[in-house]
Amino acid sequence: MRKTLGLAALAATLACGGANAQQVNVKIGVLSDMSSLYSDIGGAGSVVAAKLAIADFTAKNPDVKVELISGDHQNKPDIGSQKANQWYDVDKVDMIIDTPNSGVALAVSQVTASKNKIFIVSGAAASDLTGPKCNANTIHWTYDTWMLANGTGKALVKTGGDTWFFLTADYAFGHALERDTAAAVEANGGKVVGKVRHPLNTNDFSSFLLQAQASKAKIIGLANAGGDTINAIKSGAEFGIVKGGQKFAGLLVFASDVIALGLPTAQGLTLTETWYWDMNDANRAWTKRWQAERGAAGKFPTMVQAGVYSGVTHYLKAVAALKSAADGKAVVAEMKKTPTDDPLFGKGTVRADGRKLHPAYLFEVKAPSESKYPGDIYKIRATIPAEEAFRPLKEGNCPLVSG
Amino acid sequence: MERVVDPLAQKPSARRTHSETIAFVVMVAALIAAPFFTYPLFLMQAMCFALFACAFNLLIGYVGLLSFGHALYFGWASYLSAYAAKVWGFTPELAILTGTATAAVCGLVAGSLAIRRQGIYFAMVTLALAQMMFFFALQAKFTGGEDGIQAVPRGYLFGVIDLRNEMAMYIVVLIVFLAGFLFIYRIIHSPFGEVLKAIRENETRAISLGYKTDRYKLVAFVLSATLAGAAGATKAIVLQLASLTDVNWPMSGEVVLMTLVGGLGSIFGPVVGSFVILVMQYKLAAVGEWVLVIQGVIFVACVLLFRRGVIGELANKLRIRL
Amino acid sequence: MFEILGIPLTALFGQLLIGLINGSFYALLSLGLAVIFGMLNIINFSHGAQYMLGAFAAYLLLQYSGLGYWPALIVAPVLVGITGMIVERLFLQWLYKLDHLYGLLLTFGLALIVEGVARNFFGSAGLPYTVPESLQGGRNLGFMFLPNYRAWVIVASLTICIGTWFVIERTRLGAYLRAATENPTLVRAFGINVSRMITLTYGFGVALAAFAGVMAAPVYNVSPQMGSELIIVVFAVVVIGGMGSILGAIITGFGLGVIEGLTKVFVPEASNTVIFVIMAIVLLVRPAGLFGRRG
Repeated sequence: MRKTLGLAALAATLACGGANAQQVNVKIGVLSDMSSLYSDIGGAGSVVAAKLAIADFTAKNPDVKVELISGDHQNKPDIGSQKANQWYDVDKVDMIIDTPNSGVALAVSQVTASKNKIFIVSGAAASDLTGPKCNANTIHWTYDTWMLANGTGKALVKTGGDTWFFLTADYAFGHALERDTAAAVEANGGKVVGKVRHPLNTNDFSSFLLQAQASKAKIIGLANAGGDTINAIKSGAEFGIVKGGQKFAGLLVFASDVIALGLPTAQGLTLTETWYWDMNDANRAWTKRWQAERGAAGKFPTMVQAGVYSGVTHYLKAVAALKSAADGKAVVAEMKKTPTDDPLFGKGTVRADGRKLHPAYLFEVKAPSESKYPGDIYKIRATIPAEEAFRPLKEGNCPLVSG
Repeated sequence: MERVVDPLAQKPSARRTHSETIAFVVMVAALIAAPFFTYPLFLMQAMCFALFACAFNLLIGYVGLLSFGHALYFGWASYLSAYAAKVWGFTPELAILTGTATAAVCGLVAGSLAIRRQGIYFAMVTLALAQMMFFFALQAKFTGGEDGIQAVPRGYLFGVIDLRNEMAMYIVVLIVFLAGFLFIYRIIHSPFGEVLKAIRENETRAISLGYKTDRYKLVAFVLSATLAGAAGATKAIVLQLASLTDVNWPMSGEVVLMTLVGGLGSIFGPVVGSFVILVMQYKLAAVGEWVLVIQGVIFVACVLLFRRGVIGELANKLRIRL
Repeated sequence: MFEILGIPLTALFGQLLIGLINGSFYALLSLGLAVIFGMLNIINFSHGAQYMLGAFAAYLLLQYSGLGYWPALIVAPVLVGITGMIVERLFLQWLYKLDHLYGLLLTFGLALIVEGVARNFFGSAGLPYTVPESLQGGRNLGFMFLPNYRAWVIVASLTICIGTWFVIERTRLGAYLRAATENPTLVRAFGINVSRMITLTYGFGVALAAFAGVMAAPVYNVSPQMGSELIIVVFAVVVIGGMGSILGAIITGFGLGVIEGLTKVFVPEASNTVIFVIMAIVLLVRPAGLFGRRG
């Protein structure tokens, strides 16, 4: 647990002299994957994003004193849930943010509800967090599986990719992703011509890719994540999938994965994200600050990390308005009442079921010849407005909404 | 050739019994007082792991068999216990029993396969079997795959005692741990235990004396698996979660580490070892990236320099048996 | 079109070929393990980490000294082999007198260290490494598109495997090695430096792992966990094949690769566990392994 008391001191010195009438004390914990599969997607970069958000907010609101700690859940629900328990019980943390990995997020969400604290999910994908497993203490910020499935599925079908073959990781998350995307594809006039399930953490996709090639589907949907996606794309390059006219659709791919793959291998890959560093000047300026603070060369912020910045900002606004961080449900209600506005995601809202709404974008990975500078990896294919990007409120089966 | 365990080759004596009794009293007193000073959830978790390590130690320390896939029993007991409590609505004590029984069955099946080989082959077979069950856990619907089985209810013990009360839960875990610990102690200091030690010393000689060593080894294996299962089943209720971590091979590696650090072949060693490792993980959570490296370093250091482990060295210095 | 169980014959051949390619990696790795165990009686749990080091060495060589794939095939195994020899001198030599299990535990600890350090410096996502120019592209064989690189993998690993087997079983050097394991004192009496041979043998086994790593770099994800994912399967392969036998390791490696490939076609969800299931069956029927000599 890294205590950044320095920030509290900074906030105090920025307050021009004298004791202030009402000091609001807040403690935030960034719970992320610091050391393994998702450490580039969230990890230390999320901590940096949180620091920036706190610095920006306390500069304008000196009577809010914020402490930040961070921890590693190592992608294990049991470690995540223990950390959450301990942070809430012993370390008096008010809000936990990030947690890539849906299993961990679901566990932490339970713990948070039982202790009436707040949980802002930036890193995890499971749309169940605003569906059957929603609660009054959790907000799902950056993206979710429904958005990914619909964004990529629908947009691709509309741009000509109407026959699909699925390569699915054989576990709950993969199945869910495949199911949601297949539904989106078929709802928009496309056809699923075949699918194959592969074990999680498969090293070699050659036999599955052979099957995908044989299917002659225009799009090969990768209903998997992390190392599996990377391996599939790598093998695909070898087997000439893209050269043969088929395209890969990454259903859960981040900018950091694309950089890891390298443009020669990843070119032509289509994916959906809600934020990209190079989209506008505000993002670029923030990226420079993030990179300076992050200190590791060649890294660019992902949408998850941008989401942490945005989430912390909105949270602190709500806490300042209520003058207290103690009652989780009350703060969440305030966050849902107030529209959001920050330099990275612009204007948006938090819905009754805890879903944050903002536009999504269909990106395509550039060819090496099209990339002019490091980090120049995407070109925008389509923009999906906020109302369409996420699952309609009624379809979620969230007890808060129907009950 | 030095055996895996380097026990103090002393004859049983009054001194031995006294030192072990004193140590036991100290341990119980510490465990009773501790929740008033330390986070109870952490202590409960530590006790579950301590029982797991003691069960593992039964095999390596007293029979000389290194099971590198012990997570199989811990993890599957955890799953069944969680499932029983959550989906079948069992009360916690029945859920724990379900989990323990599952581990016993797994132990019987795995043991009968693994016993066919010895030494390193045995270790590798146990590892491979555990890995196979890991993949099964990954794909089976009821285990919840990557998410695990979450929101396991603490339930009402015997239908009356609400285990959401931390003290009540703590007492239950303490009882399970002590029961398991004493059971292991009884096994070791029984005629059956003496045969096991004989098999560890020299299996051929034991066979020539007429003992059906395979049968003894299998029984020991099943007992070890069952107790590991009790630990896992209890853990599922305490932490209200059963996940893939519990069946994965790093978990098997961790229990080896805990026992190694604490002292193979000493009854208190695994308890101390598990607490040490858990505290270390807890304190090092800040530098999470280095935990793996540090565990590796501890492994290497223990194997090269520190083979007796904490308790083993202590016992050696004081010339007592622990 | 002729079909077996719903899979056209042409697709089946394609999958068999792929299985052979995977089998090449299994064979190379289990060969390294078999050499080390056969000669030194040590279970080298860090074999997976050393395989990973080979791949990483290839990546680093490319990044920092511009050495491409072909030189890396030689340089990387040599470098990693040298680190292996250092490990043997520093750590392993003290364990020969002890129970075998300590060797396993030590190498396990080393594997954790190597993987942890790699993760800290390089992250978990994986590093890019592309197929070398000369081996890119492929051939359309009619029943499948065979990338040139994959064909090279089969050829190279077969060569190395057969070469190693030949050296150990049919040359004088190999004879010395085998004799030294049986009876080091006697061999030493003949004036042969046994401990140096042991060090070199360990280094060679490690180099084999690293060689497999370099070959894997263009096609598998170069990540710190690439070794630990593979090593347990390789252990199962070795148990099936029988630990003491070099030939057993090679044949079993290729064979199991093919079986796994077939499983991927007919029952893809089971492809992870099929090797373990076979291991369980072999253990029931032939506890010493298919080619095993030691019980």
